[in-house]
Amino acid sequence: MTLVSDLMRTLAATVLDVTPIATILLGFQLGVLRQKIANLRRVLIGSVYVVLGLGFFLFGLEHALFPLGKVMATQLTDPAFVGGGRPTAELAWYDYYWTYVFAFTIGFATTIAEPALIAVALKAREVSGGTVGSWGLRIAVALGVAVSLAVGSFRIVTGTPLYLYMIAGYVIVVVQTLYAPRMIVPLAYDSGGVTTSTVTVPLVAALGLGLASTVPGRSPLLDGFGMIALASLFPMITVMGYAQISEWMENRRPRANDRDAASEEGSSR
Amino acid sequence: MGAVKGALSLFGGTLRDLAPIVLIVAFFQIAVIRQPVDNLTEIAIGFVFVLIGLAIFVRGLEMALFPIGEALAEAFVRKGSLFWLLLFSFALGFGTTIAEPALIAVSKEASEVMVAAGVIDPGPGSAVGFARALRYTVAVSVGVALVIGVFRILKGWPVQWLVIGGYAIVVGLTAIAPEEIIGIAYDSGGVTTSTITVPLVTALGVGLASMIKGRNPMIEGFGLIAFASLMPIIFVLIFGIVVHAWS
Repeated sequence: MTLVSDLMRTLAATVLDVTPIATILLGFQLGVLRQKIANLRRVLIGSVYVVLGLGFFLFGLEHALFPLGKVMATQLTDPAFVGGGRPTAELAWYDYYWTYVFAFTIGFATTIAEPALIAVALKAREVSGGTVGSWGLRIAVALGVAVSLAVGSFRIVTGTPLYLYMIAGYVIVVVQTLYAPRMIVPLAYDSGGVTTSTVTVPLVAALGLGLASTVPGRSPLLDGFGMIALASLFPMITVMGYAQISEWMENRRPRANDRDAASEEGSSR
Repeated sequence: MGAVKGALSLFGGTLRDLAPIVLIVAFFQIAVIRQPVDNLTEIAIGFVFVLIGLAIFVRGLEMALFPIGEALAEAFVRKGSLFWLLLFSFALGFGTTIAEPALIAVSKEASEVMVAAGVIDPGPGSAVGFARALRYTVAVSVGVALVIGVFRILKGWPVQWLVIGGYAIVVGLTAIAPEEIIGIAYDSGGVTTSTITVPLVTALGVGLASMIKGRNPMIEGFGLIAFASLMPIIFVLIFGIVVHAWS
C-alpha cells in the first residue's frame, strides 16, 4: 500500500514540477500568440503521457535504481572493501580500481537511459536526415559521461583540483572545434548539457559523496562537487570525436572502392 | 496480434535502452560485491515502472513536447515580434529552472558548503537566504542564456565563438573566484537542463532555424542547451565573487 501512495506522491510532484512550464506555455499561447493549436487533442494526450511517463519513470528509479545504486556506490568506496583490511591511509589511488570501473560502466548505462538525451538524439536524426544516427550519438555521449565519472572519481581519490581537468578539457574542446565537421559542433556543445539530468545526477552524487567521505583528507562538502561538471564537458569531446572518426572513415572508403565514391559524390551537395 | 506488436515496438526500444543498467548492476552485485540484495521484489516492481514510464514518456515526447516547441517557433516567427520571442525565451528559461528539484537540492548543499567554509554566517536565516539567492541567480542565468541563444539563431552567429568566448570568461573568473564556489558553479551548469525543458527548447531552436530563411537547422538549430549549461557557471562564479567581497 505504501507503494501506491508513493506512486501518487511522485505523480503529484511531477505535476507540480511541470506547472511552471505549463503556465508559461499557456500564458503565451492565450495572451500573446492567440493561435489555434493544431491537433490539440493529440497534444493534450501527449502531455498526459509526458507527465505520466516521467512520474512512473521517477517512481521506478526511486524504488529500483537509486537505492541499489547508492548502496553499491557506498559498498564499492568502503575502505574495508577497497583495501581488504589494510588501513585507509595506506591505500594508493590504484587500489580504487573497482570504483573507477563502476563509475565508468554506470555512467555509460545511465546515460543510455537518459530521457533528455533520447529526445535530442531523435531530433538530431530527424534534422540531419539520418546522417547523425541516434545510437551513434547516444553511445558517443555515454562514453563521454563514462570517462568523466571515472576521471572524476580519480580526481576525488587523488585530491587534484577540479579546474585543472576543466581547463584541460576546454582546451581539447577548442582544438577539436577547429577541426571537427562544422555540422556537428552545435550538437556536440548541446550534448554536454543534456547528459546530466534525471537518472545520472542522483547516482553521481552518491558516488562523489561516498568517495569524498571515505578517502582520508577529503571533505564531502568541498570535494563531492565537480562530477557533474566533468560529465557536462567530456561528452562534447566524444561527440566531436565521433564525428571526426566517421568523417575520416567516410574519406577513406572511396579510395578503396571507386564506384562507391562516384555514387557518393553524386548524392552529396 | 496488432496490440501485441504495438506493445512490443513500444517497449522493445525501451528495453534495449535499459539493458545496460540491468547488466551492469547485476554484474557488480554477483561478481564484485557478492552480498544478497534485500527488497528484490520492490526493485523488480520499480524496474517495471522505469520501463513503462520511459516508453510512455518517449511517446509523449513525439506527440506533445516536439510539436509544442515547433508550433511555438512557427507562431513567433509568424508574429514577427522580437520582443515577445525574447521575453518568452527568458520566461521559459527562468520559469523552468527556478522550480527544478535538482537545482533546489544543489543550492541547499551549496549553502552548507559556504557555512562550513565560514564564508556566510552559520545562522539558519543567512544559509536559506544564500540558497535562495543562488537559485535565483541560476534561474536568471538560464533565462539570459536562452535569450542570447535565440538571438544568435536569428542572427546566424556561429555557436563556437560564443561558447568558446564564454568558457574563456569562465577560466578567467575561476582564477579570481573564491575556491569554495568553483565546484558549485561548475556543477550548476549541469543541473539546470531538465527532462522536459530539453526537448521543448531543442524543438524550439530547430523550429526557429527551419522557419528562418538562410538558417540551417543542424547548425543554427542546436546550441540553446549549450548556452543554458554555460551561462549558470559564469553567473554563479560572479555571484561567489560578489558574496565573498561582501562578507
